[in-house]
Amino acid sequence: MTRMDTQNVETRIVGRSINRLDGPQKVTGSATYAYERAKMRQTLVGVFATATIGKGEIRELNTSAAETMPGVRLVITHRNAPQQGELNPETPGFAVRARPILAGTRIDHFGQPIALVVADTFENARDAAHAVVATYTSMPGSFAYVEGNNVTEPELANAGFPAFTQHGDFDAGYAGAAVKIDQTYETPPHFSQPLEPHATLARWEGEMLHITTSHQTIRYIGVSLKAALDIEPENLTISAPFVGGGFGSKLAVHADMMGAAIAAMMVNEPVKVCMTRQQMFSLLGMRPWQRQRVRLGADTAGRLVAIGHEALIYSNSRDPFLEQTGTVTRSLYSGANRMTRHRATHLDLTNGEPVRGPGELPGLLAVESAMDELAEALNMDPVELRALNDTMMDPESGVPLTGRSLTECLRTGADRFGWSQRPTRPRSRQEGQWLIGMGMASAIRMHFQGATDVEVAITPERRVAVRSDLTDIGTGSYTILAQFAAEVLGVSVSDVDIFLAHSSLPAGGGSGGSWGASNTTAALHDACLSLVQQAGVPAGDNFISQTLAKYPKGLSATGRLPASSQVPDWSEKSRHTYGAHFVELAVHRLTGEIRVRRMLGAFSAGRIINPKTARSQLLGGMIWGLSAALREAAEIDPRYGNIVNGDLAEYLLPVHADVPDVEVVLVDKPDLDANPVGVKGVGELGACGASAAFVNALYNACGVRVRHFPIKLASIFSHFPERH
Amino acid sequence: MKPFIYQRATSLQDAVAMLAARPDARVIAGGTNLLDLMKLQIEVPQHLVDLNNLGLDTIENIPGGGLRLGAMVRNTDLASNETVRRQYGVLTRAIVSGASGQIRNRATTAGNLMQRTRCPYFYGTAMACNKREPGSGCDARNGISANLAILGTSDACIATHPSDMAIAMRALDAEVRVLGAEGEYSIPIADFHRLPGDTPHIDTGLRSGEIITAVELPAPLGGTHVYRKVRERASYAFATVSVALVAQVDGANVAIERLAFGGLAAKPWRVEAAERRGSGTPEEIARDAAAIVLEGARPTERNRYKIDLAQRTLHAALIDAQEHSR
Ligand SMILES: Cc1cc2nc3c(=O)[nH]c(=O)nc-3n(C[C@H](O)[C@H](O)[C@H](O)COP(=O)(O)OP(=O)(O)OC[C@H]3O[C@@H](n4cnc5c(N)ncnc54)[C@H](O)[C@@H]3O)c2cc1C
Ligand code: SF4
Repeated sequence: MTRMDTQNVETRIVGRSINRLDGPQKVTGSATYAYERAKMRQTLVGVFATATIGKGEIRELNTSAAETMPGVRLVITHRNAPQQGELNPETPGFAVRARPILAGTRIDHFGQPIALVVADTFENARDAAHAVVATYTSMPGSFAYVEGNNVTEPELANAGFPAFTQHGDFDAGYAGAAVKIDQTYETPPHFSQPLEPHATLARWEGEMLHITTSHQTIRYIGVSLKAALDIEPENLTISAPFVGGGFGSKLAVHADMMGAAIAAMMVNEPVKVCMTRQQMFSLLGMRPWQRQRVRLGADTAGRLVAIGHEALIYSNSRDPFLEQTGTVTRSLYSGANRMTRHRATHLDLTNGEPVRGPGELPGLLAVESAMDELAEALNMDPVELRALNDTMMDPESGVPLTGRSLTECLRTGADRFGWSQRPTRPRSRQEGQWLIGMGMASAIRMHFQGATDVEVAITPERRVAVRSDLTDIGTGSYTILAQFAAEVLGVSVSDVDIFLAHSSLPAGGGSGGSWGASNTTAALHDACLSLVQQAGVPAGDNFISQTLAKYPKGLSATGRLPASSQVPDWSEKSRHTYGAHFVELAVHRLTGEIRVRRMLGAFSAGRIINPKTARSQLLGGMIWGLSAALREAAEIDPRYGNIVNGDLAEYLLPVHADVPDVEVVLVDKPDLDANPVGVKGVGELGACGASAAFVNALYNACGVRVRHFPIKLASIFSHFPERH
Repeated sequence: MKPFIYQRATSLQDAVAMLAARPDARVIAGGTNLLDLMKLQIEVPQHLVDLNNLGLDTIENIPGGGLRLGAMVRNTDLASNETVRRQYGVLTRAIVSGASGQIRNRATTAGNLMQRTRCPYFYGTAMACNKREPGSGCDARNGISANLAILGTSDACIATHPSDMAIAMRALDAEVRVLGAEGEYSIPIADFHRLPGDTPHIDTGLRSGEIITAVELPAPLGGTHVYRKVRERASYAFATVSVALVAQVDGANVAIERLAFGGLAAKPWRVEAAERRGSGTPEEIARDAAAIVLEGARPTERNRYKIDLAQRTLHAALIDAQEHSR
């Protein structure tokens, strides 16, 4: 048996790059996603009609034309929708709130559902949804923050973090600092936009509701549906065997699930509902707009003496989500005088929601840009500035930082990237018409632990079966769990079957917050140890046969990882993952076009179970970092509150031509202080801090510092010295 | 999408007859634009007449010089055609700068010319748009207009035409061959796309019931061909500003033979007076030509930057021309 709760274990399978076990199914199309689970034309299809005003009341809703159109079975509106539980803004977890639909005439945001048309085919349902006619009484809405908008100061930010913290005396420390940076950064709303649109197939069987859906966390669905539909957990089955990406948008229940469940109840037949790509810009939540002020004060040697990070964030008062933008700043660099603060401003938009690296992505974009500005003011190498301010103790809580390897990531990354070759002054390297620059930034991300149960069994079919309600949202959950179980039990990966993403399976926190792998492998480890102990035979090649010799009907064991709130000394340590980003890019000296040339990230995220799948996660994260710096924004018309660029032709995500060589360096070190098996998460780490490396490289290339995102051509070339 | 009748034309005459018989009929070629618009019910034809398999997919030499590009030639085939690549390089470069490989494999010569604007308010069906719904107003003018037109606009509409291919065709003085009830005739590309005026819902000079059969290019011009397209992402995005350029290069000096801009207007923007004004450094020539081309620009607050960017893009294109001819 290989125990993974010790340092320096020799492993056979963990730490190896093996291909995704579900890869062949996915590339041949035999992996069926939620919307494909029922054959076309055997299930009724629901399509939403949505509001065309940003705020107000439905005055009249005429569905008579839609109701008589070919194939239409039912049109659901506020008039006939069943009573549902109310959305309660006091429910602390955004993901488990009741999210009723078609519950009244009030319109809270543009694109809100006003009717669900149920028909025999998608085409007929969509056609009829177009024929639903609404008239409204519009009310003036607030769709973009303007000075003087109402601002509140909630106590908690997302995930239960205090919204305001202070240590030492920030004002005095900053006032007395020799070198100061005080800058404001503005980031736009983002939408997750996973490749697979949100889709749910619902079927009632008496009191029982069966749901097949595309979701990140099975457990949250039950809580949310209990609040909305008053359905008991034992009357609910949920399955999500394949999920085509989530990025935070599949943590909460959305209109597809509510719509399918209600419609299936009303027509007493299975119904499926899928959002169109355009609807994914209004039926889902967004990463909220935010404006951040970062103040850094340092002594002349570059030691930080004051760090202030304040964020003003859109958070909907009816469905609050205060992104935890400043929280990792609390653990990033040393400095005696510090303050972080999150304030909320309401807008009449779709609610806020986690989107790829909530908190860290915008937060580090600002702080790590400011660090570059500080390095320049100090005339210091940006890597040295960061290394100088590294710390082994959490500067706020004073407890040890586990697996702290920021400097190691900085040094390894700098070395592998060739940072020493960087142009030290802006506009000092040019190749043809292109100005070349390099930039870097630190990465840090919070580590979370949630209650997780896993079962492992030897079956009479001579297989190892692992059972968990964890989802695989494209990350490789099936594969790494098989590797892990095989490693610990001494069998091979091909002996293992992984059963995931069903509500009948042992519950965990799903895939989100980069915690799926760490939570589930820790519980799986516990289960495997218990199985070996119960079997009373040694782990190894013959484990299955020897176990079955003693227990011909098979044997199973469960394992558990407690929630962090149940771990007595949890707060005695501060747990994070770390990294460093390096970017080289070229800027056209006339047009300001940016061509990224190289990206390298060095990351330390505990034990790496599968370097191949880990690399894919980190690499994807780095590209999302590129996206937030250079491409992505939901543009809202401030007059109407609609998303103007609500499709993937106009909502600019990076394309292949935008993404050059990407190199991922893994600093593989089990962090047994963070997690019993030393595993932390890689899902979002790649996106943390990455954006700032582009901003800093842009400055290094052409001397233009942009603090309003995403960076547009005009905000670059309009500062160029060439006159026209 | 509204239900519609789909029919395959068996001959060109058949196609014209079908269109004449049904005013609500439309031609479908690659479908890459029309079907998207039908799904959103921005276009609601009741009949689709398919022009595939009518032999309109060939590229032929015109006796006496020039090239006839069939209406149904796929964009990929057009761009990779040997003669086009060698003698009309600006056209190849324009086409491959547009859309994606997959879309270009379906998209056709005629469909590309006829594609509709990408103004986001034209797509946002809850918004006022004179092009989509005549007389309803224009929500773009005071809205998110960053990528809309600065030249040839009207109070009714500030949309751009999104085609890259058309910009190169304009620089090459192409002619659009059209078949109607009275037979085949030519529309010079200069007159093919229309400025909005107070009828922005009419994009082109093609009349109802007519179909495009081909685009004809005159004899090759020679010179150095450049298509320089600037946009926020490196690929798969419509032009913010683009330049189709045929230049004469003589060492450090360049001269403009032909010049058309994309991304600035509802049609390819060419001002002949800015061409053949002598040679000079790229910077001098760009400044001189841009001043003429951009005269009368009427930007919004959000797209004023295009004036500066157009000149910069021309400057960059002239430098590219120097580099290409090295
Ligand atoms: C995501 C995306 C990105 C794109 N990016 C770019 C870009 O960067 N640059 C660019 O230039 N284009 C771009 N395009 C547009 C693309 O070039 C057009 O969709 C394509 O050229 C249309 O050709 P089609 O044959 O598919 O036309 P269809 O969709 O079949 O038809 C378009 C129109 O042309 C009419 N039509 C077709 N053939 C004839 C004929 N023979 N006679 C009369 N009328 C006819 C149809 O009735 C219809 O109104 C993009 C498209 C997409 C979807
Ligand atoms: S600019 Fe033209 S296409 Fe755009 S909304 Fe106005 S009228 Fe419509």
